[in-house]
Amino acid sequence: MTAPEPTTAATGSAAPATNGADHPALALRDLRKTFGSAVAVDGVDLDVRRGEFLTLLGPSGSGKTTTLRMVAGFMAPTAGSIEIDGSDMTRVPPYRRDVGMVFQNYALFPHMTAADNVAFPLRMRRRPSAEIKKRVADALELVKLGGYGDRYPRQLSGGQQQRVALARAVVFEPRLLLMDEPLGALDRKLRESLQLEIIRVSRELGATVLYVTHDQEEALVMSDRIAIFSAGRIEQLGSGEDLYDRPASLFVADFIGESNILRGRYEADGGDGDWVTHDDARWRVGRDAAARAELSSGTPAALVVRPERIRIVDGGGAGDGLNVVEATVDEVLYLGPDTKYHLALGWGQRVAVREPRESSGRELQRGDQVRLAWSVDDGLLVADPGGA
Amino acid sequence: MSDSWRQPRRVLMAALGALTVFYLLAPTLVIVPMSFTEARILSFPPEGFSFQWYQRMWTDRQWSTGIVNSLQVAVLTALLATVLGTLASLGISRGRFPGRSFVNGLTLSPLIVPVVVIAIGMFGLFVQWRIAGSLVGLVLAHTALALPFVIVNVSTSLQTMDRNLELAAANLGADPRRSFFHITLPIILPGVLAGAIFSFITSWDEVVVAIFMTSARFRTLPVEMWEQVRQAVDPTVAAVSTTLLVVTTALLLLLVVVRRQAPAQ
Repeated sequence: MTAPEPTTAATGSAAPATNGADHPALALRDLRKTFGSAVAVDGVDLDVRRGEFLTLLGPSGSGKTTTLRMVAGFMAPTAGSIEIDGSDMTRVPPYRRDVGMVFQNYALFPHMTAADNVAFPLRMRRRPSAEIKKRVADALELVKLGGYGDRYPRQLSGGQQQRVALARAVVFEPRLLLMDEPLGALDRKLRESLQLEIIRVSRELGATVLYVTHDQEEALVMSDRIAIFSAGRIEQLGSGEDLYDRPASLFVADFIGESNILRGRYEADGGDGDWVTHDDARWRVGRDAAARAELSSGTPAALVVRPERIRIVDGGGAGDGLNVVEATVDEVLYLGPDTKYHLALGWGQRVAVREPRESSGRELQRGDQVRLAWSVDDGLLVADPGGA
Repeated sequence: MSDSWRQPRRVLMAALGALTVFYLLAPTLVIVPMSFTEARILSFPPEGFSFQWYQRMWTDRQWSTGIVNSLQVAVLTALLATVLGTLASLGISRGRFPGRSFVNGLTLSPLIVPVVVIAIGMFGLFVQWRIAGSLVGLVLAHTALALPFVIVNVSTSLQTMDRNLELAAANLGADPRRSFFHITLPIILPGVLAGAIFSFITSWDEVVVAIFMTSARFRTLPVEMWEQVRQAVDPTVAAVSTTLLVVTTALLLLLVVVRRQAPAQ
């Protein structure tokens, strides 16, 4: 989960390799793809380090799958370049890229057994048959399907088929492993166990993985770094913690995890501290958050506070370093260990609060008036491009 | 309660169905008993029982060369039409070029244009090329008639095939040629075989174009029948008809088997 260095730059372009031997496993430079007048990928720069698990995360239509398909060579970019292990692959056909891919619908060859499917990339590389036999057996063992080699894909469950597809994609030791929503067709339980399986296999092999998903939990669980895609661009690149704790934009704050977004105007005030104001209400902004956002005073901005950072307090004034607001309880949801409250602020703004159940010790009901408080340092400041 | 009015309706439907089937099959099936007659002329009902007309079919030079010629033409047509039709289907369904749907329509035109028009057109052309009345000419003509059947069958197989399989093959290191032979062809094989069977049948019982394209020295079985029936009504014709019928029926049954073999996705 932790990245060696936090990267928060919006475009995510890393520094170029310092010497010839130290290429990134994959380098995308200003990659673009247009279909007629529609722009699918709009200038993506990305370096994937060797052995890294990097996920492209975004809503559907954000360009993540198109980017992956260009890396695989299934689509030619309109502009830009793709380098794998330091060599230019932009115009190289897919069968000479030496890149493994796992598809959402498995794409196993229905007329071949599991073992023949896994052997296929080795046969295409004309490896000797003794070597093929051994490597196929090892690969099936790796995905815990030893003994299933003689089965045809239709005789295997969805999860087993995807394991065969994974074995087939890694058996030839590709320079890069691409995965296009590989767990999208599986149910939740199976998805979670296969997530761990994929992490284990890729760690054991030291594989460099470029993974595509629209499921943020999956991305957070699996990735070293995540690239958030929006409208054909990388909105932010960083570790899961970076994205959750320090979102660089309103889009990322909204997309990763649950957020309370308080829209208003940023007011820098040298002596008194910085604020976000909305009509009569104003909330204090932490010094670090203000410095990171680099906004000029008077611009539309949003204060982002995670539901678990807000506390329901029983009266008392605004302590030092706290923002306090009055709210009305709208809904109380019991989520097992946690209780979640939906509340309304004065001007119709809705706020969610999540508390561990034992810490509350109170029975709130719809209509109750309460006070909410959060530490100034827990508020994140981002620009609000949609704000007036 | 509902059964009381449904019952007579069902009986009526069954009777209508049986009548329709009888109407469709009777002319064909009447020929089968006629081929086993002992009488010297074609007649119904047949008298006695004998295989003499089948014997005659094999021993008579005109009939037996007709059978050999027809088999030759049908096999060559099936081969040529299947190869060309499969390639055309690949181009039409996988290629990206202007006028793709126009080309698709063009390849299917032999299904719509009246056969006699095609026959006259080809005859004019093939006489100029000096291949009228020869094996080559008839095979080329039948191939044109058979192509749409191959293209329809193979295109359907290609459309139902998961495109990701070809992408996966490329990703795993197969160039387009090996991808076709290792992945695409095995998967669309039922469609290709169906196309081949349809091509064979198309040529095997084709008479209109064949009348134009054959000569006294080179005749196929249906043309020989046409010629013989105009001169003498000999029961050998019934034996030949039955043979044609058996071959066609056997091939259609084979087609059913081939279609069942389609890989379950």
